Amino acid sequence: MCTYATFKDTVDGSAKGPGGSWFHVTDVTVYFDHPVHAMAEHTLNIDFADPGRGPAARVAVELTAESAERLVAAIQAALAAVPVEMRV
Amino acid sequence: MTDYPDTSPGSLFATTLAVAGHDGDQIEAYLARPAGERSRGGVVVIHHMPGYDRETKEMVRHFAELGYDAICPNLYSREAPGADPADASAVARSRGGVPDDRLVGDVAGAAAYLRSLPAANGRVGVIGHCSGGRQSVLSACRLDLDAAVDCYGAFVVGEVPAGMDLRITNLIPDLPNLSAPLLGLFGAEDQHPSPEQVAELGRILTEHAKDFEFHSYEGAGHGFFAVNRPAYNVAAANDGWERIAAFFGKHLSTATATATSTSAEG
Repeated sequence: MCTYATFKDTVDGSAKGPGGSWFHVTDVTVYFDHPVHAMAEHTLNIDFADPGRGPAARVAVELTAESAERLVAAIQAALAAVPVEMRV
Repeated sequence: MTDYPDTSPGSLFATTLAVAGHDGDQIEAYLARPAGERSRGGVVVIHHMPGYDRETKEMVRHFAELGYDAICPNLYSREAPGADPADASAVARSRGGVPDDRLVGDVAGAAAYLRSLPAANGRVGVIGHCSGGRQSVLSACRLDLDAAVDCYGAFVVGEVPAGMDLRITNLIPDLPNLSAPLLGLFGAEDQHPSPEQVAELGRILTEHAKDFEFHSYEGAGHGFFAVNRPAYNVAAANDGWERIAAFFGKHLSTATATATSTSAEG
């Protein structure tokens, strides 16, 4: 199916993108839909992008649903492992 | 193009060009034509949400090989001209997807271009897969087309979940205006559209006395035509291509195009 399930937000950070260059990322799009490259019918896809730098300024990942769940848990664990005052 | 002889079966030409789309915007398109001057119909291929990609262009050439002038407009020409198809798709998705009105305008422009070509017989069909399946039905509801093929398009019927950042609606309000015969090809294992939704679409079309023909393939899920995806299903895809060829052969050929009766089968 085309799920069309798409959710957007803003982010503030950097990503290593095309050509091996780092760039500032401002936008994230999260969707569960067909991947371009991963060998699964559907994947949890994340695009980190800076729309101001054009379509190629994008770091994309396509994760199986199960591995995406593990990523979420790992992110939460990493954030929980440090004092709140360090989140600056 | 016309400098080449029409004596070599299978000869065709493919090129990238610009056509006038919605609001007269010049948009990129991929065109494939059979060699020679033999009268032929046209096919507009609507690419799937992942973009104006190599596999979709291969389908365009497939239709030329079948004897049609075929064209695929790049629906993401405006957002990301010249970009990698996957990047262009990501940009379009992040902006909420392709608006329905713009899609219809782009298909109208592509169809008009096909009808303007030398040797065109004036008959134009449309086909799309996945999101393009829904857009194929939409186009046939709003434009003067001669045949439409919907390959597993989701949300032709059914409720769209709330809260998503991608704008989409079902096509129930449009369906009474369907003006072309519709061929629907679905996977029995697909859930979007589910077999129940396919049946509901069939009921609505029957209610409105529309000309349609549905086939659902056991053991096939969504995306069974996609040769580069795990969902590719050889048996379903082979039979589907045969049915598409027969359907367009019936409706896009001047010699054989006649009034048809409503039909439906499982």
